[in-house]
Amino acid sequence: MSDWPLWEVFVRAKRGLSHTHVGSLHAPDAALALHNARDLYTRRQEGVSIWVVPAGAITASSPEERDPLFEPAADKVYRHPTFYDVPEDVEYL
Amino acid sequence: MSAPYAPAVLALADDALIYAQRLGEWISRAPQIEEDMALGNIGLDLLGRARSLYTWLGTVDGTDRSEDDYAYWRDEREFRHVHLVEQPRGDFADEMIRLLLVASLDVERYAALAAATSPVDETLAGIAGKALNESRYHRDHARLWVVRLGDGTEESHARMTAALERVAPYVSELFTDTVADQEAVLAGVGVYPSSLRESVLGYVGAVLTEATLDPLPEPSWHARDGRIGVHSEACGYLLAEMQHLARSHPGATW
Repeated sequence: MSDWPLWEVFVRAKRGLSHTHVGSLHAPDAALALHNARDLYTRRQEGVSIWVVPAGAITASSPEERDPLFEPAADKVYRHPTFYDVPEDVEYL
Repeated sequence: MSAPYAPAVLALADDALIYAQRLGEWISRAPQIEEDMALGNIGLDLLGRARSLYTWLGTVDGTDRSEDDYAYWRDEREFRHVHLVEQPRGDFADEMIRLLLVASLDVERYAALAAATSPVDETLAGIAGKALNESRYHRDHARLWVVRLGDGTEESHARMTAALERVAPYVSELFTDTVADQEAVLAGVGVYPSSLRESVLGYVGAVLTEATLDPLPEPSWHARDGRIGVHSEACGYLLAEMQHLARSHPGATW
């Protein structure tokens, strides 16, 4: 059974937060992947919701493409909302 | 003061403890490390349940025993579990059909216990309610596997079929009523195991159908009398392994 496919696991810690990648596991299909994820990644009350995704279904950026993909954003400081004067009474902006 | 339903609860606790011991044996022996974890977790659920029930028993059966007294300091004839849970770990297919049977029974009997005890015994009702949730998950885990193995390859279907043959003699004992059950029912907080037979075997039968397997075969013999302390050869070995540390080093802590 070493040919069981790999699944990536995403767990949402509580309502209002988004699902976060926590790791991967092997399972023969989606339903058992969900069971295994529950046993492996939420043993200590880590979450209220689990997603499992076939690892093969994820298209990932390659480390070699890092510069063309991400470097152009480095000198565009105007994309950060830092050019506003925040009124004194607005605490949580 | 001794609760009239304590003997029936002892049977529940012993089923949980002995099956927890068997499930723990799967760690490092399951088809994948993920399944090691799953069966280990289910075993730990059952162990936790047994501990809660023993602690409750110690306070109500008049003996003031601790959970360790029940687990480690009783001999074979004092254990009240059914033969099914003490049988040696077999094929993975055997374990999945055994888990399906035990968890299906647990869902029904803990639901009944939670409902019956909630007006009179908050502690026991709480333990039963927690057990019910856990057992629903255990049952679902077994169901997923029985369906996949039965409706899987030729090999897995044949091994599930052979497992059904081996487990069949242990089924009727699950639904045999005992004096302890009668005392609990008369006290208004028990349920006759025979009354759960239809719903438990109905669920199991539906899973077998979904798995393209034949129904549980009619066995040529039936295990019996586990509930009065008469056990099979396997029980002594299991208890020896489970109890030897506590008995070799009385009072040891870690």
